[in-house]
Amino acid sequence: MIRIVIFVAVFLFSVCTFASTWVVAKNSSVKSIKSAIELAAKGDTIRIMKGIYKEGNLVIQKSIVVVGIDYPVLDGENKYEIFTIAANDVSIIGLRMINTGVGSINDISAISAIEAKRLRVLNNQFENTFFGIHLANCLGSVVEDNVLHSNAEAEHQIGNGIHAWKCDSITIRNNKVSGHRDGIYFEFVTNSLVERNFSHHNMRYGLHFMFSHNDEYRSNVFQNNGAGVAVMYTKKVKMISNRFQDNWGASSYGLLLKDIGDADIKLNHFAKNTVAVYMEGSSRCHFTQNVFSGNGWAVKMQANCDENVYSKNSFLSNTFDMATNGSLVLNTVDANYWDKYEGYDLDKDRVGDVPYHPVSLYSMVVEKMPSAVMLWRSFLVYMLDRTEKVVPSVTPENLKDIHPAMRNYDYNF
Amino acid sequence: MKIAKYVSYDILRNRFIALYTLFLLIVTFSMFSLDSDPGKATLSLLNIILLVVPLVSIVFTTIHFYNSYEFIELLLAQPVSRKTIYFAEYFSISIALSTAYIIGVAIPMLFLNLSESSLYLIMAGLLLTFVFVALAFGASVATRDKAKAIGIALLFWFYFTLIYDGLILYVIYSFSDYPLDKVTLALVSLNPIDLARIIILLKLDLSALMGYTGAFYKNFFGSSLGVIYSVLFLFVWTLAPLLLAMRKFVRKDI
Amino acid sequence: MIIISAVNKRFGKLEVLKSIHAEFNHGKSYAMIGPNGSGKTTLIKCILGMVLPDSGTIQVNGKSIANDWSYRNLIGYMPQIGRYPDQMKIGQIFDMIRDLRQDQSHIDEDLIKEFSLDRMSDKRMHTLSGGTRQKVSASLAFLFNPRIMILDEPTAGLDPIAVEILKEKIIAEKNKDRTFLITSHIMSDLDELTSNVVYLEEGKILFNDTIDLLKEETGEIKLGRAIATIMKRNLKESEKV
Repeated sequence: MIRIVIFVAVFLFSVCTFASTWVVAKNSSVKSIKSAIELAAKGDTIRIMKGIYKEGNLVIQKSIVVVGIDYPVLDGENKYEIFTIAANDVSIIGLRMINTGVGSINDISAISAIEAKRLRVLNNQFENTFFGIHLANCLGSVVEDNVLHSNAEAEHQIGNGIHAWKCDSITIRNNKVSGHRDGIYFEFVTNSLVERNFSHHNMRYGLHFMFSHNDEYRSNVFQNNGAGVAVMYTKKVKMISNRFQDNWGASSYGLLLKDIGDADIKLNHFAKNTVAVYMEGSSRCHFTQNVFSGNGWAVKMQANCDENVYSKNSFLSNTFDMATNGSLVLNTVDANYWDKYEGYDLDKDRVGDVPYHPVSLYSMVVEKMPSAVMLWRSFLVYMLDRTEKVVPSVTPENLKDIHPAMRNYDYNF
Repeated sequence: MKIAKYVSYDILRNRFIALYTLFLLIVTFSMFSLDSDPGKATLSLLNIILLVVPLVSIVFTTIHFYNSYEFIELLLAQPVSRKTIYFAEYFSISIALSTAYIIGVAIPMLFLNLSESSLYLIMAGLLLTFVFVALAFGASVATRDKAKAIGIALLFWFYFTLIYDGLILYVIYSFSDYPLDKVTLALVSLNPIDLARIIILLKLDLSALMGYTGAFYKNFFGSSLGVIYSVLFLFVWTLAPLLLAMRKFVRKDI
Repeated sequence: MIIISAVNKRFGKLEVLKSIHAEFNHGKSYAMIGPNGSGKTTLIKCILGMVLPDSGTIQVNGKSIANDWSYRNLIGYMPQIGRYPDQMKIGQIFDMIRDLRQDQSHIDEDLIKEFSLDRMSDKRMHTLSGGTRQKVSASLAFLFNPRIMILDEPTAGLDPIAVEILKEKIIAEKNKDRTFLITSHIMSDLDELTSNVVYLEEGKILFNDTIDLLKEETGEIKLGRAIATIMKRNLKESEKV
């Protein structure tokens, strides 16, 4: 009797500590994911074998690991949300999720997590989903190595790729997002890291965040998104070694900063954007060691920006280096390399002896009359700019780089 | 075309063509040696080419036309049609000036900075040569007076380089409250120098051009359509004055 | 043979040719005489197709010259001032014109040889004196043995020896059933070279007949005097009116 008691005790103990594994397959005893989730206990693993599963909405309310083998397909049949997660320590790994429903009121997602701590979404594929991954109130979660792709034709028909709301300390790493509304969307997300993601060809923004303080963005590529990247109402973000590229259009920006404070933006490459950096109501942003090349406008700064610093950046073959709608005396531009600089360096200290004025007269003309850009590089415009350089009358006299570098910094990214 | 052979032989030996070639060579080489960045050098060269190529083409052609007046007379006494003489003169001068341009700018550029924008610059300069030689024929045929013709030629040049763009800017300024994209494009098409400039603009400043245009122009500028459009219109700019002047030349009393 | 009928030409307000009628026949040589601005050169240019008449027709060997250029195969023309592309050599000029002419059957290089132009065929045109250029022009005019010769002031600017060579050539060619049209201010030359006189004044032909008849009518022996008499007579007539 005692032996039996001990045996049962040991058995129960082993069940509690050593999680069991459930295999879902057509020829297995467990044929549906739904039943596997019901059977599984906290800490169990569900292995889903290759196949197509149409099971509507799957709700996970316990801490389990769901692993796909050879990317089993979970089809939402254009009706359902695929996973709804409301538990801590859940992992979703190696699945292929397709065809979620579309909702104009509900944010239907392939994976929707609400108040889930330490959620891990790894190595999944998302195709034709409304929202890809939707995190609300998730702390310490990780989204890594996923590929998300949708084919939306209009902004209102599609949700965001990776959408996070009120999260803290999450990590978004090495994902590829395309064809969504916003590639990566943060609202009230703090202390988080966004790293090595590739967000391209999204309808609206490659990256979009608001009220998301103390976040860090590293080594991401934002390319060819409808309106580039827009970040708003946020303090203390770090953006390092990102690439903002090929964002073309009338209201398209490599990086749009609206009401951003104390940002540290360095070692980024802004290439071939209509406007590389657009700033509005932003303060104390430090742009250092960035490269601006082949942009229409490298920097457009509205007059309500102050105490921003641009130093040691390289400005290469941009049509216009800087433009503004007012007199930009509250910001500092120092020690950058400007390929349009025509000054000299008599004392050979590699710093130009005369200041460089990055705002040209014609950039201000174009600011007021956009059609006038068609006359750019004409003899008339050349003479206008020359005259303005000799006798400045319209351009802000005090906005100048007193220590322009004579040589390109040659940052290699 | 037999005539063209002899006339172009004569022009190519002309001291002025040699000077022009030399000038272009010096400018090209000095641009590329003064500037370590070949992109910047290309830009500086663009400014000079847009200014000098039309000026030299139109003035040289006008002067040459009057200097060869007696020669044209001699040819007219031969059994040759006027059209033949006219086109022989046009092609000879165009070929001579293009050769100067190719030796002075194109070939050095191919060695110094072979890039897409260089090729477009070379093409733009050649097309401008054709256009302004044709315009010079227009000026020359219009009057018997050499000084007057040179005056007209210079006026053409000044008008297309400076005055016309000033007028466009004035139009844009006066109607800045209206959407002017298409109007501006149409206006710019009426100036060959602007068209040549836009070919380069499409290469160097595409990002900025994208900034002000709607969806239609995004397609227009973004594809090769913009370049094709400009080149096509430059051909129109060559053929229209050339043929108009020819009609006049055929009926002109020499 | 050339038939000019009812040709009018005005430059602006100035009437240069006033309904000109004339025939120039083969086997005859015509001296075209008239004061400066009487329309001689314009008439020649009309025949050459350089000036297009406002009205009237010109026929060469029975065909109208309007919108045609092939008839110029029949014409040799020596301009008053011959100017050539500066950088071309004498030899090249001859080559070029020979290139342009279709009929190469009867090439006549007598003048080239007599003016010794063949020995300086490598000289560039801009290095030549006015006289040498006139030699080139004369040689070119005779080069193709044309049926019609139009010489505009052929002896002006030539040295006496060259003048004699040219005159001899004209006299020799005159007898070969050709039409010669010569303008000159040197009456003695015309006396020697031509058989007929066309006298133009203010765009009208006032006299067109043989020199002999003219001399007979005026009772003068020399052509120059005869012409002067006609001019005076006209002056009186216009005063009467």
